[in-house]
Amino acid sequence: MTRALVVAEHDGARLDAATAKCVRCALELRPEALVVAVLANGGAEIAAQAARLEGVTQVVHVDAPHNAAPLAAILAPQIVSLAQGFTHLLGPSSTFGKDLLPRVAALAGVGQVSDVLAILGPHRFRRPVHAGNAIVTVDADPQRLVVATVRLASYRGVSDGPPAPVEKRSLDGAPPNHTRFVARRASAGERPDLMTARRVVSGGRALGSAEGFQLVAELADVLGAALGASRAAVDSGYVANDLQVGQTGKIIAPELYVAVGISGAIQHLTGIKDARTIVAINKDAEAPIFEVADVGLVADLFKAVPELIAALKAKGVR
Amino acid sequence: MVGIKRVVDYNVRVRVKSDGSGMATEGLKMSINPFDEIAIEAALRLKESGAFTQVVLVTIGPVEAEQQLRTGLAMGADRAIRVDAKAELEPLTVARALHALARKEQPGLVVLGKQAVDDDHGQTGQMLAALWDRPQATFASQLTVAANVATVTREIDAGLETIEVDLPAVVTTDLRLNQPRYVKLPEILKAKSKPLAVIPLAELGVDAARQFTVHSFAPPPARAAGVRVKDVAELVAALESRGVLS
Repeated sequence: MTRALVVAEHDGARLDAATAKCVRCALELRPEALVVAVLANGGAEIAAQAARLEGVTQVVHVDAPHNAAPLAAILAPQIVSLAQGFTHLLGPSSTFGKDLLPRVAALAGVGQVSDVLAILGPHRFRRPVHAGNAIVTVDADPQRLVVATVRLASYRGVSDGPPAPVEKRSLDGAPPNHTRFVARRASAGERPDLMTARRVVSGGRALGSAEGFQLVAELADVLGAALGASRAAVDSGYVANDLQVGQTGKIIAPELYVAVGISGAIQHLTGIKDARTIVAINKDAEAPIFEVADVGLVADLFKAVPELIAALKAKGVR
Repeated sequence: MVGIKRVVDYNVRVRVKSDGSGMATEGLKMSINPFDEIAIEAALRLKESGAFTQVVLVTIGPVEAEQQLRTGLAMGADRAIRVDAKAELEPLTVARALHALARKEQPGLVVLGKQAVDDDHGQTGQMLAALWDRPQATFASQLTVAANVATVTREIDAGLETIEVDLPAVVTTDLRLNQPRYVKLPEILKAKSKPLAVIPLAELGVDAARQFTVHSFAPPPARAAGVRVKDVAELVAALESRGVLS
């Protein structure tokens, strides 16, 4: 009998879209029970949102002051205790889940399947390795708890359905005090979220400076798109780290991805290959980005992008 | 203590063997996992600032991995340990081995890369912290140590997060933590005489049983060939015909 527990991601006020994707993944296990764990300080509204996700059979809500910040050292022991009686524990392959789930797995004495992109059976999974240069199929031990992170770009979130019951749970034991939250600095910006945006426009080193990058930002705004960047652009300081797309940054699957001045190192391509349409603008006709682009334009970006912006504005695209 | 892994150099494109049994890595250039090189640099800078007195490198693998340990010693680490293991180990086993070494070495800090660019698991540091019952600070882009507390800025999806952890702790590195130094020839020569101990995995007394079976490797699905357009007008038309502008 398969019983799946999904760890909810949230920002203290709202459920993150990653959770609905993890629920979709968990449904592929055809579980008898699909429970979402919401650990928060307060969080009644988050629990209610989780309860409305289609396919969820129950929400377990742990409301405690020490759950105010998502610190793995504090959350992990609680999740181990909640996971008793479950066969599968899933969480998002976001920085939240990547930080937390391996700690949970080790406390439970089990390994972890990272970045699950397909479930072939209750104990058979597919995951990418070598920056997506290969997909491995792994079999987990059916006698043990399966802990896995879900590659979010591979799953659509489930819709809302009739609400499942929410059970409030209090857990014994004092949390460790060796880890303390200090501050969080969200990148300023009113653009759509990179992880969930329908359209993404990314820039690379060829933009040349933070000022040059404004051209990409302007194109993003005309398209109502989120802004992304290659590692080279982030390392060069043109934009903040949380815009990095690729193997070690964000893995995304927008409907439209526009790569401007990005050569297309394999580490970048692995972050975008699930995009429905990839557009590349680059002056180097041999750039590897053109191998994956659906539409490629070999051109000087400083000439082509302003033209594109003007053309899109003239069309009234939104 | 810094854990490092020998991997195929990240600039080399690795392909799946034709029989799907694994990756064709024979004869490819091997390097220190890039995140682990950043971990070495972080530890060296902390030693140079006086926060620690010694940097010990650890790897788990075959004798060839000693090349990467020597590179790390040439960067400035004081000594190295190779835990001898032939087979590919799962991250939990690696974490157990590192935990056994941490009990022996009693480091004030363990620094690891956030993930190895071959298996892309991203688990070892967090697992070590759990087994050791110590704090973890993953994806570090800034790291300072004072009065037995590490203050770490972490690269997270929403931006940056700063946390404080009591030492000893485990820190995993992200790309922006530092720019690893270049190794100069005299250091490479000097590194040859630095101590390098070899410990058989079995001697650490850890449970190395595999929990997963790798069934097969396959190349990723290829994308259908795209079109080249000659100017912006054609580009806009191509986007419209694909319906991505509505």
